[in-house]
Amino acid sequence: MSAAVVPEKPDQPEKPEKPRGSGPAKSGTAGAASLRSAARTYVERVRGGELGALPAVLGLIVLCAFFAALRPVFLSELNFANLLTQGAGSIAIAMGLVFVLLLGEIDLSAGYASGVCAAVLAILLTDHGWPWYGAVAAAIVTGTVIGLVLGLLVAKVGIPSFVVTLAAFLGFQGIVLMLLKEGTNISIRDQTILAVANDNLSPALGWVLLAVSVAAYAAIQLRQDRNRRRRGLSTAPLSLLAVRIGAMAVLGSFAVHLLNQERSRNIIVDSLKGVPIVVPVIGVLLVAGTFVLQRTSFGLHIYAVGGNAEAARRAGINVAAIRISAFVICSSLAAVGGIIAASRGNSVDPNTGGSNVLLLAVGAAVIGGTSLFGGRGRVVDAVLGGMVVAVIQNGMGLMGYSSGVKYAVTGSVLLVAAGVDALSRRRAVQR
Amino acid sequence: MTATPILQLRGIDKSFGPVQVLHDVSFTVHPGEVTALVGDNGAGKSTLVKCIGGIHPIDGGEYWFEGERVHVHSPRDAAAMGVEIVYQDLALCDNLDIVQNMFLGREKRSGLVLDDATMEEMAAKTLEGLSVRTVKSIRQQVSSLSGGQRQTVAIAKAVLWNSKVVILDEPTAALGVAQTAQVLELVRRLADNGLAVVLISHNMNDVFAVSDRIAALYLGRMAAEVKASDVTHSQIVELITSGRSGDLGLAHTNGATA
Ligand SMILES: Nc1ncnc2c1ncn2[C@@H]1O[C@H](COP(=O)(O)OP(=O)(O)OP(=O)(O)O)[C@@H](O)[C@H]1O
Ligand SMILES: [Mg+2]
Repeated sequence: MSAAVVPEKPDQPEKPEKPRGSGPAKSGTAGAASLRSAARTYVERVRGGELGALPAVLGLIVLCAFFAALRPVFLSELNFANLLTQGAGSIAIAMGLVFVLLLGEIDLSAGYASGVCAAVLAILLTDHGWPWYGAVAAAIVTGTVIGLVLGLLVAKVGIPSFVVTLAAFLGFQGIVLMLLKEGTNISIRDQTILAVANDNLSPALGWVLLAVSVAAYAAIQLRQDRNRRRRGLSTAPLSLLAVRIGAMAVLGSFAVHLLNQERSRNIIVDSLKGVPIVVPVIGVLLVAGTFVLQRTSFGLHIYAVGGNAEAARRAGINVAAIRISAFVICSSLAAVGGIIAASRGNSVDPNTGGSNVLLLAVGAAVIGGTSLFGGRGRVVDAVLGGMVVAVIQNGMGLMGYSSGVKYAVTGSVLLVAAGVDALSRRRAVQR
Repeated sequence: MTATPILQLRGIDKSFGPVQVLHDVSFTVHPGEVTALVGDNGAGKSTLVKCIGGIHPIDGGEYWFEGERVHVHSPRDAAAMGVEIVYQDLALCDNLDIVQNMFLGREKRSGLVLDDATMEEMAAKTLEGLSVRTVKSIRQQVSSLSGGQRQTVAIAKAVLWNSKVVILDEPTAALGVAQTAQVLELVRRLADNGLAVVLISHNMNDVFAVSDRIAALYLGRMAAEVKASDVTHSQIVELITSGRSGDLGLAHTNGATA
């Protein structure tokens, strides 16, 4: 029996031989030493099969370097902004899918659900002259109702989610066609909706938003750290916290600076600069989703049901309610994705939410590190994976490949990500 | 010691489809005592425990708690009365850490937000009380624990709450010698603190070491509920294997009367 480490005392000196948990490292006496131990803990965890965001981040760096080397225009300000607005729709859908995937379920209908919601939005805006907020609310409510129906069929009737959502995939495709009167295209003229994917924040507002975000992140982290320190609980070393906050500030500043450059080809006609509005939209969804999953009982119960549904039931968790709400969240976020897609396309047609949208969204979540087996994943996975997918699509487009090749490559990347998921899971089980 | 029973089952029937697993089972548990529940493999011990815990609904019979008839429909009902169970198949979530598992379904919150610091403190204290010394960090995922460590977490989860009845379904099955002794000591300590403890075990030495009463199930029927001091090892073994021993046990071991 080795030494106890259960209740950590803050003033305990560092002992390098001491066994370490995979949790946060001990409070640091010396910054560098504790940083090193934090790094070691991280490596241990990765080797144990908990890859987290590592493959997505590495993939993103490699892909960006690759495309930048072959097509310098890839790094242009205009293309960077394009990348973000291109990815935003499927990132929103992927965020919703994370909730369903965490349960070990799947929603194959999320793409067309977003199409249905976008059609509802377009019809109310354009044909019925609704104000944008009314139409947005109606679109999201449509998503919520869709999720409720899917969730009830899965959790209460007991049909496998694969079948329920495959049926819905076909059904919604039909509903989109019917709503759009056999394939007409409804254009969107509402300025607010168009602004979502086509307009930018003013450069100053971009900086303010970044400053507020970094300050809020730092404040929350430091408060939590102080609280844990005061109570004598284990904490991550302060130096690690500083590195994280610093990295966020530096990367954020770089991005804001880049996006604040003029990227219009013809300044006289139209000035084009600033952070695209979809970025804070995705940011808000990311913060809200992360809060729900990591900081609330509800989020914990989603992980519990995904990890061991019977154990969750015995712990008194209403498993059916958790299942239903995951589908509700998924379809509601699909509605948001549909609104972004409608804004970006300036219109809604029978292909909105169709073709490869679902594949890209599932791919984004899985590439980001969310497991198809349930119980493992985070909302940020959708963002990281979504960026990988967007970079592949965008970079290959710049290189002049046909859509056929783009599909094939994206499909292969999804397969690789799912393979990594399966292998890392096997590794974790074998221990 | 033999005051009013805290938990009493009367005439419990339980079937899974066409198979009747429990026949007219009565079972009494007193505060301050360790009641051993014994029986062969498949006798129905775990099923009985799951009925007590609200995992399985009972088909017939009465469930009394603290002198009142109650209806337990879900694990939440049982937990609300103060009944904690360590199941034979442990029921832990591999993808959650030790603290999260211990508080699952009953998280401490401040407002909307999980109060991780408080939960971590309480979990650490409880594990310390069980003299758990082998886990590296209580923020470790349960999937990375050994069988015995998992069992200890499950036990810690049950004693974390100020419960009135603690039921342990073969808690020492995966434990080493030292840990087994520790769990048995804990079982005794809980009872001495006034809790009612039910211990399911196949090890007669353990049973006689800690229990005040012994209840023997035989093919889904309660063969006997006796004081541990009134019987011998061999009598209990006979009750387990054939349902009777002398004038103890079922009248007709192959018939329907108990
Ligand atoms: N969910 C279920 N569905 C159908 N039959 C079941 C179920 N659970 C238990 N049984 C049956 O009920 C009987 C009693 O099982 P139980 O698990 O209660 O036995 P036990 O006394 O705990 O045995 P052991 O000592 O092996 O743990 C067995 O014949 C088993 O096959
Ligand atoms: Mg059993």
